[in-house]
Amino acid sequence: MQDSEVYDKLTGIFRDVFDDDSLTARPDLSADQVDEWDSLSHIRLMLTVERAFNIKFSAGEIGKLKNVGDLVHLIEAKQ
Amino acid sequence: MSNTLYEKLAWLPEPPAGFSNQCRALPAGGSSHPQGDALRALAGSALDLNQLHRLAKTIERLRGAGVSLAPLTPIKLAILSNSTVDFVVPALIASAARHGIALECVKPEFDQVMQEALSPASHVNRAKPDAVLLALDHRAFPLRCAYGDREAEEQALRDAAEHLRAIREGIRAHSGAVSIVQTVAPQPEWLFGSLDPLVPGAPRRLIARFNTALVESLYGTPDLLFDVAGLAATVGLAEWHSPVQWNLAKLPFSDAFLPLYADHVARILAAVRGKSRRCLVLDLDNTVWGGVIGDDGIEGIQCAQGDATGEAFLAVQRLALDLRQRGIVLAVSSKNEDAVARLPFQQHPEMLLKEEHIAVFQANWSDKATNIKSIAEALSLGLESVVLLDDNPAEREFVRGVLPQVAVPELPEDPALYARTLSAAGYFEAVALSAEDLQRAGFYQDNARRVELLKQASDVNAYLASLNMEITFQPFDATGRARITQLINKSNQFNLTTRRYTEAEVAEAERDCFTLQVRLADRFGDNGMISVVICRTKPYATWEIDTWLMSCRVLGRGVEQMVLREMVRHARRDQIRTLIGVYLPTDRNQLVKDHYAKLGFTSKSEQDGATIWELDVETAAIEAAPMTVRSFGFDAIEAQRALLRDARQQGNALTPGAERSQPSPFCAVPE
Repeated sequence: MQDSEVYDKLTGIFRDVFDDDSLTARPDLSADQVDEWDSLSHIRLMLTVERAFNIKFSAGEIGKLKNVGDLVHLIEAKQ
Repeated sequence: MSNTLYEKLAWLPEPPAGFSNQCRALPAGGSSHPQGDALRALAGSALDLNQLHRLAKTIERLRGAGVSLAPLTPIKLAILSNSTVDFVVPALIASAARHGIALECVKPEFDQVMQEALSPASHVNRAKPDAVLLALDHRAFPLRCAYGDREAEEQALRDAAEHLRAIREGIRAHSGAVSIVQTVAPQPEWLFGSLDPLVPGAPRRLIARFNTALVESLYGTPDLLFDVAGLAATVGLAEWHSPVQWNLAKLPFSDAFLPLYADHVARILAAVRGKSRRCLVLDLDNTVWGGVIGDDGIEGIQCAQGDATGEAFLAVQRLALDLRQRGIVLAVSSKNEDAVARLPFQQHPEMLLKEEHIAVFQANWSDKATNIKSIAEALSLGLESVVLLDDNPAEREFVRGVLPQVAVPELPEDPALYARTLSAAGYFEAVALSAEDLQRAGFYQDNARRVELLKQASDVNAYLASLNMEITFQPFDATGRARITQLINKSNQFNLTTRRYTEAEVAEAERDCFTLQVRLADRFGDNGMISVVICRTKPYATWEIDTWLMSCRVLGRGVEQMVLREMVRHARRDQIRTLIGVYLPTDRNQLVKDHYAKLGFTSKSEQDGATIWELDVETAAIEAAPMTVRSFGFDAIEAQRALLRDARQQGNALTPGAERSQPSPFCAVPE
């Protein structure tokens, strides 16, 4: 899967999870830029990403994520 | 792969493509129409975690803006849990809408179970919920002890049971709510291996024994059982428990099963409110047997043992028969010639279903929506009581479109999975089993025969007399309580006030109010309990009829007059001078709009369609209908009331009519 495909898929997931159709997944996007992105919706985001890409994250991996760029690297490493 | 059925709620249709936009499009102005039906429609598909979340947000938004959620039935549910319930709550609110309930959730701080239950002023107890879900798993109980020590195991089990008992009793004492008690899902990890069930203190053995005791402790209480252990076993313990998600976010079980868990809770709540379905309508060709009877003939259709396809269809028949045995009415709707469609029922040696099992048989070329409507009418059931099982996706889609109230499960390609899918959908959830449930399907058949007789009888009175009816009156008692509660919560059409009460509240009424449970038998059979009355004592020697409902099966038989005669008889004996009747209109009870007028009450007042009526007990003269009357069980109550009357006449401080010196909350509803 190309980088751009991962970002496209993530954009759909972000819009679904945060109920905001103006969101676009970019490498520097992080929780403090999205109102709805709190610790609870972060869990929901991770669970949705796991399901969409058919991968599993460990608690340690989730804890290290700083922004969407990190998330994309993690997804690509698992595929 | 078969977990997909449970994980994806595969009996529900896929959500519409524009689901999010449809949620957003619901109006939020206080003046808009009630949105309950729209919300229920949105909830009716297989929603995932995010979609449930979105719909719950929409419901909260409408509620916040003052939009009516009618006709959804409001229920307030508190959740006490030792895990994170932040994902459960939205899933519950959205899933409840699927089952016709406007759910309001009360959620205390994380892991405050004991404090919330035991303190009268706690968040949960002050909120006065209708029910409290005790979402407790194995980590919530002190289920640990030394291995191999029987004594220590007994002690651990006693401690855990005591822990749960304290929670349930605290809730009941301080909030009056019923508890929904979960069995505990065992962990998938073994300790000794196959020896685990034999080693005292081994986790699997402890949890199994704990669950057995927990279930036993529910008998004779109003609290409800949620068999989470059974649910987890159904989908697989290793799938159910996710150590990763517990560590990460204290999720009590894998998020994959949140939609399933929430749907199961909603089923229980709906069942409490009498919303479980009652009638299964079966398509025939390729649903009840393999093949098309009109083309393949009786030798060509598949429903025989020893044939893989035939056995799949026999499993559908067996499930239908099992459902019938527990009180679900069976009907047939098939596009066929009537005589052709009946052939397999009459002649196929391996058919389990026979004509006598089918209450209404509709085989014709009309569309299925029309047929289902006439089935519901013939059975005096609402469309929301009906489930249609049909292999044809086009028919399913059509019936859903025309009759959204009817439940129509999606079915997989392979008929071998039809029975499991129908069962997984949980349309017939029960919270109690009464003796009458087991006879109900027969009642409907009897009724069909009575209708036949009525067609033949030219004179209604002669017909009624020919029925040899016997009506029995008793005050509420412990034996009738489950059935009384069931009637109170599910009767919609012949129901003057549609007030819903829990079993605990019914038990209070038993003590504090004048009550009637009414049974009717006739020469075709026993109709069982068919009517319920609750009268509250008011000042100035008045009874207000708080609740009066009747099963529509016995409409037009003169039962209403006989019930009123019985009420008046007791009122006179109790020195009551006035009966007040109240009619509160709903979208279902138009039938009894003129009930009190017909019985000779005079109109007192009217507001927003609600009417209040009055009957002078002394002069009331109600004509008797042709039936034998039996009345018993009132003597003890009469004696008690007489004592109170005497006390009053001797200048006791009791106020007139106020037999209860301490009115219970149930009977002290403000006027």
